[in-house]
Amino acid sequence: MVQRIEMSSVSRRDILKFAGAGACTALATSLLPGLAMADAKLAAESIKKITGGKTPTMGKVTLELPQIAENGNTVPVGVDVDSPMTDADYVKTIHILADGNPLPEVAVFKFSPASGKAKAATRMRLAKTQNVIAVAEMGDGSVFMAKTEVKVTIGGCGG
Amino acid sequence: MAKVKARVKSPKSVKKGEVFQVKTLISHKMESGRRKNKKTGENIPRMIINSFACNYNGKEVFASDWHPAVSANPYMAFHVRAVDSGTLDFMWKDDSGKEYKKSAKIAVT
Repeated sequence: MVQRIEMSSVSRRDILKFAGAGACTALATSLLPGLAMADAKLAAESIKKITGGKTPTMGKVTLELPQIAENGNTVPVGVDVDSPMTDADYVKTIHILADGNPLPEVAVFKFSPASGKAKAATRMRLAKTQNVIAVAEMGDGSVFMAKTEVKVTIGGCGG
Repeated sequence: MAKVKARVKSPKSVKKGEVFQVKTLISHKMESGRRKNKKTGENIPRMIINSFACNYNGKEVFASDWHPAVSANPYMAFHVRAVDSGTLDFMWKDDSGKEYKKSAKIAVT
């Protein structure tokens, strides 16, 4: 009974307004993934540049990251690659990329067999919740990759 | 710019063949070039440390290239395998070409 009264009090104009607002939010949500895609595309391009067109294999690389980063200005990031680090088998470089940052490249670590361990850590800025990617290039030219999502509460891009 | 202070933490003595960790920290604003001056609305020019290297008795063992996404006061931790007693030389270089250096002694037993 109550419901029927409410229904009758909603004018045609109200319904149109509501439908309009709905369309707006639909448009916004369809646009936003599009923007995120643009950044991911930049990151994909950088990966292609690093690997020289080779498809990286998932595995061997471990990313140490917090699940939730409260402050996007300093997010600790560690990377570890399973390798004996001998002259015959070692990790040459590790690239760290953040696919939601305006510039996806974060840092490049260059190792040598004298490093003993392909493990490094630093701190980075993350603009928003996004994927962090590590691409490791081995001495023999093979490429390995790891990807982890980090949730960022406050972005670290100044403002 | 305020005086840049570099700090390095590495073991004083290690056994031959052992892999040890080196931690470094340097005070630097790492101006990303994307921040705006709130009064004038102009971009603050980029000024970051773009490269870091560690030499062990004159031979490069670890190096890193940094982009604007590296945090202010950059921290860097990595590993080195002990071969001979000697020095670890650290070098940071920023966009103006300025170099910051620090070295640490290491005894290998």
